[in-house]
This record gives sequence, C-alpha cells and structure tokens, in this order.
Amino acid sequence: MSAPVIAARGLTKRYGKATVVDGIDFDVAKGEIFGLLGPNGAGKTTTILMMLGLTEVTAGDIRVLDHDPVREPLAVKRRVGYLPDQVGFYDNLTAIDNLAYSAQLMGIPARERGARIDEALARVRLADVGEKRVKTFSRGMRQRLGLAEIVMKNAEIAILDEPTSGLDPQATEEFLAMIEALKHAGVSVLLSSHLLDQVQRVCDRVALFQAGRIVLMGSVAELARQVLGAGFVVEVEADAASDLDARFGAIPGVSAVARVGADRYRLTADRDVRPEAARAVVAANGALRRLSVDDPRLAEIYNRYFQNQSSREEGKRDAA
Amino acid sequence: MRREGSPWAGLRTVYVKELTDHISSVRMLLLAGLIFIIGCTVVYFAIDNIRQTTAEDPFVLLKLFTSGPSVLSLVFILGILLPLMAIALGFDAINGEHNRRTLSRILSQPIYRDALLAGKFLAGLTTLGINLLCLWLIVVGLGIRLLGVPPSGEEIVRCLAFLMITLAYAGAWLAFAMLLSIVCRSAATAVLVGLAAWLFLTLLWPFLAEGFANLIAPADPRYALLGLADPDNIWWVQILRRISPNQLFSEAATTLLAPTTRALGAVYIDQLRGAVLGAPLPLSESLAIAWPQAVSLIAGVIVLFVAGYVAFQRQEVRA
Repeated sequence: MSAPVIAARGLTKRYGKATVVDGIDFDVAKGEIFGLLGPNGAGKTTTILMMLGLTEVTAGDIRVLDHDPVREPLAVKRRVGYLPDQVGFYDNLTAIDNLAYSAQLMGIPARERGARIDEALARVRLADVGEKRVKTFSRGMRQRLGLAEIVMKNAEIAILDEPTSGLDPQATEEFLAMIEALKHAGVSVLLSSHLLDQVQRVCDRVALFQAGRIVLMGSVAELARQVLGAGFVVEVEADAASDLDARFGAIPGVSAVARVGADRYRLTADRDVRPEAARAVVAANGALRRLSVDDPRLAEIYNRYFQNQSSREEGKRDAA
Repeated sequence: MRREGSPWAGLRTVYVKELTDHISSVRMLLLAGLIFIIGCTVVYFAIDNIRQTTAEDPFVLLKLFTSGPSVLSLVFILGILLPLMAIALGFDAINGEHNRRTLSRILSQPIYRDALLAGKFLAGLTTLGINLLCLWLIVVGLGIRLLGVPPSGEEIVRCLAFLMITLAYAGAWLAFAMLLSIVCRSAATAVLVGLAAWLFLTLLWPFLAEGFANLIAPADPRYALLGLADPDNIWWVQILRRISPNQLFSEAATTLLAPTTRALGAVYIDQLRGAVLGAPLPLSESLAIAWPQAVSLIAGVIVLFVAGYVAFQRQEVRA
C-alpha cells in the first residue's frame, strides 16, 4: 500500500475543558472512500476542520498529502476539496458565477475557467441550470453544486461533511453514485455521516465515532465479524424430503443454522455462503424457492457494540 | 512561526466580488439616493444663503459645505448620515457569510482569512469613496455653475483634504460595523448595536461629555462671576467630546473649510496678540490645526480593523 493521504496520530481538540476529539488515530489510503461515522456531536466535523487547518489542533499530529494543515494551510487547501455540512452559495448569483468566484479563489487561470466550470457542471448533471440563480436550487442541487466545486478543483482528496443528510432517497442514491464516480476518477474520499446505513454501501472502510473517540475501524465486513461474531446472514426457503439442517451445518464457515419457519432456514456465516447453500438444497433433491443474503448493517454493529460494552461493564461490576 | 504563502492571495477576487455586490445592491442605491437628495437640497439652500449674505469672500466655494438652512450644513448632514451608510455596508460582512453557510466553503479555498476580511473592508471603503466623490463633484459643480465663481487652487486643495477626512471618518464607522459583524452572530444584533452606538455617539455623547466634565472639573464660580468660562472645565468638555468620531470629523472639517478658524479649543488672549481677526489662515496652518483630528480618525480606522482582524482569526468557522 502506498503512503496514506491523510494520517492522524493522537489528534485531540479541546474547547476549554470539553474534549471534543480525544486522541484519535487513523489513516486514509489513496483512492479509497473512508467514512467517519457516528452520531451528531461525536467530533466528526471538528476532525474535518482540523484536516483543513480551519481550526487549531490542541494536541497530536495530522498530515494531509504530507503537509501540515496548521503550518501550510494553503498547500493543503489547494489540493483538497471540501463540501461543508449544508453547503451555502450566494443565492443572488447563478451557479456558474458561484463556481467562477471559487475558481478565481483557487487561482485557476482565466482561459481555463469556462471549460472547467462547464465540465464540472456536466459531471454533476447541472449543466442545464448553470445560468439559473442558486436561489431556485433544491437542497440536492446545492449539494451537487458543492461537489462540482470539488470536481472543478481537480482535488486529490474530497472531504464531504454529511453529504446525504436532508436529501430525499432518490437524491441520496444519485449523490452516492457521484461519490463513487469520484472514487473511480482516482480521488480519495473522506465522508462523515450520522446516517450509518445510508453510506455504508459506498465506504471501503469506516471509523465509528463515539464521544470524540474512534471505537471501531475497518471495513464493514470486518467490523461485523468482530462485533456480531459473523458477518453474513443467509436466508433460505426450500422444501426437501431430507433434513436440510445438517447439510447446511456442514458448509464450512457456517456457524449457526436456525429454522425460522416451516421451510425457512437462517444461516449465520463469516462469508457469503449462498452458492454452497444452493448446492446443498439441490443435493438433497429439494426445491429452492428463495435465497437471500442480509448485508450486516452498520447501525446494528454500532448498537451491538455498545450493548456488548455495557454488559461487559456490568459483568465487571458484578465480579467486583 | 511563519505562515506559508501570501496572505493577500485572493484579495483582488474578494474585492472585485464585494464591490460588485455593493454597487448593485438595493441597500446601497437607497442610501446613495438619500444622501444625494439631501446633499443637493442643502447645497441649494446654501447657495441661496450665500447669495443673500455674502458680498465678497475669497473662499465662497467652501461655504457651500458649511452653510445651509439653520445648522443643517452639508458637513453636519454627512456627519450624521455617513455612519449610517457605513453600518449599512458592513453590518453583515462576516456574519452574513456565516448565516448563508458560505464561510467555511470560501475559507476551504486556498486563501487566508486576511484576504476575505481585507477584501471586504476595501470594497466597502471604495463604495463609500465612490459615493462621496460623486456627491463632492455634484456640490462643487453646482457651486461653480450657480455661483458663477471659478474656484481658486487653494479652495480645491482644501476641498480635497476635506474629502479625505470624510473618507477616514466613514472608514472608521465601516471598520466598526465589520467588527460588529464578526462579534455578533446575528446580523440583526449587529445592526442594532451599530445604530445604538451611532445614536449614542452623535446625539447623546456631546451632552454627556459636558456632564462628565462638570463632575471631573466643576467650573470655578469665580470665573462665572467674571462672566468667563473655566478653562479647565472647557478643556475636559472638549477632550471628552472628542471620544466621538463625529466631533473629530466636524472639528477637522470646520478647520479646513472655514479658513478663519484659528484654534479648536479655548483661545487665550495672549494667543491672539498680533492676530488679524477674521483673516484666513494659510492652508498649511489650517492643515496643522486639523492634523491631530485627522490622525485620530485614521488611527481609529486601524484600531477597529485590527480588533476585527484578531477576533476573526480566532473565530470558529463552523456554523
């Protein structure tokens, strides 16, 4: 793996006595989508602002593209695009004028500006409303215009703060697809969100925040294995003469088989065992009616983790 | 620790954008219209006045600024209205960006906060300057046209110096309004605080200053018996009044526009020895008298801007 594009070590932010970010460590690799997830007020936005040099670091170290955002904020901000939570634009200007203003601040030469603005607007599918005032834009369009700004900047890292909150399901889907397109264009993406299940699909790796600390970090499947014991739940609906329980139980990787209905079985496994399950049904001369897999849900992982922790603490208290 | 890169990167961009915004804003049109209408009216009356009362005056053009219907001279009107204009231009400079949620997006571009603040201030100052220059040209033009007297070189220089002082006065209020826009998160609060300060300093403070002076240095009754004012008391009144920029502005303007002004404070008899009363002072002497006031106004601009700068640098950008 190449050097990480963002590296935080013991990053801490205090406001007076309140510690908002408490000694967090994480790396974001080049070209991945990394999610900072957790409830509101867990310290995600503060972490992001520290990466951009927009707020001071109390302790610890953060490097972005091998620059220190505190000492060299311009070098960082030239190469990093930022989409703030509920991004705002100048309502009385058109989308193109808004982008032109940012383009000037970015120092894009005048002769390239027009072409880059048009290209960016086309990428986020706002090309036909470029001449309209931002006043008339919906929340989703503003969000996309913010993304256009990052595209126009040719940013190497895109930092998106709560990119999907407040969007309707269709706009969310569209926006997530655009984030993935950004990744395919070679941009490393760091996004924060409190909507765990909504963004888990696009994230390669996630860091789960709780009260200023990262409590869990890794890919969703890894976390599921770690917290839920197994990552995949496969549901099979089939009828067969012989007993399917034993056959399912023999599949390597399956840790539990539960019968949830007359002909329905639920398999818990550490990987996707659908092919083996299908084979088992066929081998038993059964009729396979339904075969589905539930992806582990991040929210469930998150909640389970805290349940486990509190029960462990209770356990400790009982032992004492 | 030295910052990397120029703090002025992006200054021009911010400046041009803010200037465009100001000049095309309804708010600005309204205020400019108001000041032009009032200015023209006052000058019209001033010309009427001058025609009736002045037979011969080497500085007749300057009288356009200082005379008018009763106390309502152009200098007086500007002293009252300029702060309003400046507050209107500056009260939502920073908190407006906050509330529109554009601040963090703009600051995530490769510029320092310096450029944003300085660009906004310079744009506001330019807008005020353009308005003042237009007003000034209208007054001087009308004066030449209606009075039929060509201005002398000295008159023009005095007028230009007055224009500079006016700009410094407006700049001080603009810097104050921008400071408020940084400190107050809500634009409405900033406007109310600004207007309160304006009312207090222009209307109430002259009277309060007198009250405070009487507390600090009560007038000696022996002077009163002689029908004279106590110089100590007068000195305190004047010093306290000068806390208000309005007082500084009107003192400097009077000195420049009325060349017969010899001193701004109490005049002692021995200072008048050898003086030809009513004779105009040369330009250099008038400038020397107005200099402390001018410097105070410019210092006010700098101090208020720096206060805003420090507050803005330390401010959290998150909404």
